[in-house]
Amino acid sequence: MRKWLLALAATALGSVSLAQGKLEIFSWWAGDEGPALQALLDLYKKKYPNVEVVNATVTGGSGVNARAVLKTRMLGGDPPDSFQVHAGQELIGTWVVAGRMEDLTSLYKSEGWMTRFPKGLIDLLSYNGGIWSVPVNIHRSNVMWYNPAKLREWGVTPPKTWTEFLSTCATLKSKGVEAPLALGEAWTQQHLWESVALGVLGPDNWAALWSGKLKFNDPKAIAVWDTFGKVLDCANKDASGLSWQQATDRVVQGQSAFNIMGDWAAGYMATTLKLKPGEGFGWAPSPSTSGTFMMLSDSFGLPKGVKNRTNVINWLKLLGSKEGQDTFNPLKGSIAARTDSDLSKYNAYLQSAAKDWKSNKIVGSLVHGAVAPESFSSQFGTVMEIYLSSKNAKAAANAAQAIADQVRLGR
Amino acid sequence: MKWLRNLDSLVAVLTLLPSVILLAIFVYGFIGQTIQTSLTNWGKDPAQALAINPVLQFVGLENYKELFSGFIHGRFRQDLVNNLFFTVFFVGGCLLVGLSLAIILDRGPKGEGFFRTVFLFPMSLSFIVTGTIWRWMLQPAGGVNQLPAAVGLPEGHFAWLTSRQQVLQFDWNHLPLFTAWLIGLILLWIGISALRNAQARRGWIAVGSAALLIGWAIFIGPRVQLLPFPEIHGFNLAFIGIIIAAIWQMSGYTMALYLAGLRGVPEELREAARVDGASEVQLYRHIIFPMLAPITLSAMIILGHISLKIFDLIWAMTGVDNAPTEVPALLMYVTTFRSNKIADGAAIATILLLLVALVIVPYLYSQLKSEVRR
Repeated sequence: MRKWLLALAATALGSVSLAQGKLEIFSWWAGDEGPALQALLDLYKKKYPNVEVVNATVTGGSGVNARAVLKTRMLGGDPPDSFQVHAGQELIGTWVVAGRMEDLTSLYKSEGWMTRFPKGLIDLLSYNGGIWSVPVNIHRSNVMWYNPAKLREWGVTPPKTWTEFLSTCATLKSKGVEAPLALGEAWTQQHLWESVALGVLGPDNWAALWSGKLKFNDPKAIAVWDTFGKVLDCANKDASGLSWQQATDRVVQGQSAFNIMGDWAAGYMATTLKLKPGEGFGWAPSPSTSGTFMMLSDSFGLPKGVKNRTNVINWLKLLGSKEGQDTFNPLKGSIAARTDSDLSKYNAYLQSAAKDWKSNKIVGSLVHGAVAPESFSSQFGTVMEIYLSSKNAKAAANAAQAIADQVRLGR
Repeated sequence: MKWLRNLDSLVAVLTLLPSVILLAIFVYGFIGQTIQTSLTNWGKDPAQALAINPVLQFVGLENYKELFSGFIHGRFRQDLVNNLFFTVFFVGGCLLVGLSLAIILDRGPKGEGFFRTVFLFPMSLSFIVTGTIWRWMLQPAGGVNQLPAAVGLPEGHFAWLTSRQQVLQFDWNHLPLFTAWLIGLILLWIGISALRNAQARRGWIAVGSAALLIGWAIFIGPRVQLLPFPEIHGFNLAFIGIIIAAIWQMSGYTMALYLAGLRGVPEELREAARVDGASEVQLYRHIIFPMLAPITLSAMIILGHISLKIFDLIWAMTGVDNAPTEVPALLMYVTTFRSNKIADGAAIATILLLLVALVIVPYLYSQLKSEVRR
């Protein structure tokens, strides 16, 4: 019925592109992110003018609504040709284990991507001997943002470790800063947790946590919660009423000194608030994580049994190409996953992020789907709630381990 | 003639058939499927959760047992407690505000029609709109908290939607105990009133079961442990803001119900009472309020099932991820569509259905009975 309607619409518009079928791209890129996607689609259109590209966008930040729609479509037997998903376990633990995706290793080999993408990234995309999606961009999760002018005024420097952070926090509180750390709604609290955990555990133990080698109720992992509790004491009490932008605003306006947020905050401050990177806002790796790049990435895969397989392969080739990534990312406010991208197209913050991307150790983000399957990350909210309501590190750690066992994390 | 009557009934059957079939499939069939799903392990194994042909195993009531006494399902239990508190305060608040407004309007102030429209207006908005408006007003650093500043008083600091404070706390392990006491006392009351009405058999059965339950509550109940650890639940203060918004939305409707009831009280009755020397307070207490009892019951049923199913208002006001203000309906969505734990989600949905049925079915039953009698 829909096909028929579309065909009718195409004829009515006098379109002649009947030869190559169509390509439906399912994503949650709307609003600020829409133009970046459109640039990619235009590029595809230019290369394959006979393919009808359908932009099936479901709005809602970080895909909260899109994922539910995607599930009903997949379960209902109407998969989109290619869908956006956070690279790593969000795809693997949900769709790959269910046998819904095609292995893309041969595409990686024929396009020469094995050497173009960093090894740490390819490891995150691999499972059971296959590589499962093509990353189009990279965001960094472990960044601490601050307001350089205010820090000079208060006479403090950006802390390098969590211990230093806590003493800086005490100093700021004694100077009358009510909440040195600005925090927002539920997922940003989990976002803070992952930066604390990476700092306390270090990159190797962080990775071990997700491969199941380090248990959540190991003393090392329980220590994360203790530090997290102390860090929370530095944060505002009305957190759950604020969006991440509002939390960032508090730093910009000088009410708070620091905010831990992914590097889309740079896009917000540079583009929306028109602040100059390095002057209007400053950044540093979140405490104790210098030399480590906690990444998250948007990617597309190839669902089994799609109607327009060739078109999807062409789309994936475009996504992974240097041209595709450098068209998309400067507009999106992220960096290319490829290590050979043309840095002159990016702003000052992104250039510094790209430099770290090439040299740092790469680990995946929990909240943004890289290291844990959806079934774990969405239940992590329950773990967080146990900690916040009881302040009992051990209870939270035990709950996390129970959920990890249940979803067979790392297996 | 007989043939014609058969044709009549044939037409009647044919007319009703489509809706009966549709109802059977899309309401009762799907309820059945949800219950069936809730008895499987769909979603426990991520490899099967979203597979094309998932292999499911029947696990009986395992999911329900987990929800009520499992280690990682504390969030569900808190949600259930949240929903019960919300229901009590929301229904109580609506009845109180609705009745007060109705009494004021019933006394025929100037511009009654205008006020009636104003009070009824919030009902024309959807909960999403109400929620959005009230979220703005209850922002921690704005809206209501800044009102006192307008007249020179210090700003308020109440965390309307973000508080993590709890009051009226109790341990989940005591739940069977409380339930036994509550049902025991209700049965006792039923039994005694039956005995007073000289319904001996019914009365003694009720008193007997009450004695059993209360005896259990006294001697065995205190030692029952649902969980291997204490789990404290209570009423989250962050709900106050949501309750205010919900009452704002629905009290106009309650007012309309009560106003209709008040207008139905015959004027002669009021006059007769006045002639007999009843004061205005006595008039309301002994004449008018008893006559409003059936309306109170209808309002409680309607408001009660709305509040048990509440989803959109909370979604709009504090979001789907904010555990302190979460209710089972939101958790059902998160469990099913985010965590892919489809059987658990179905179990939560079934529990919600049972709760709503608990409110609605006795009402429908009594309605049906009175209709038959007529």
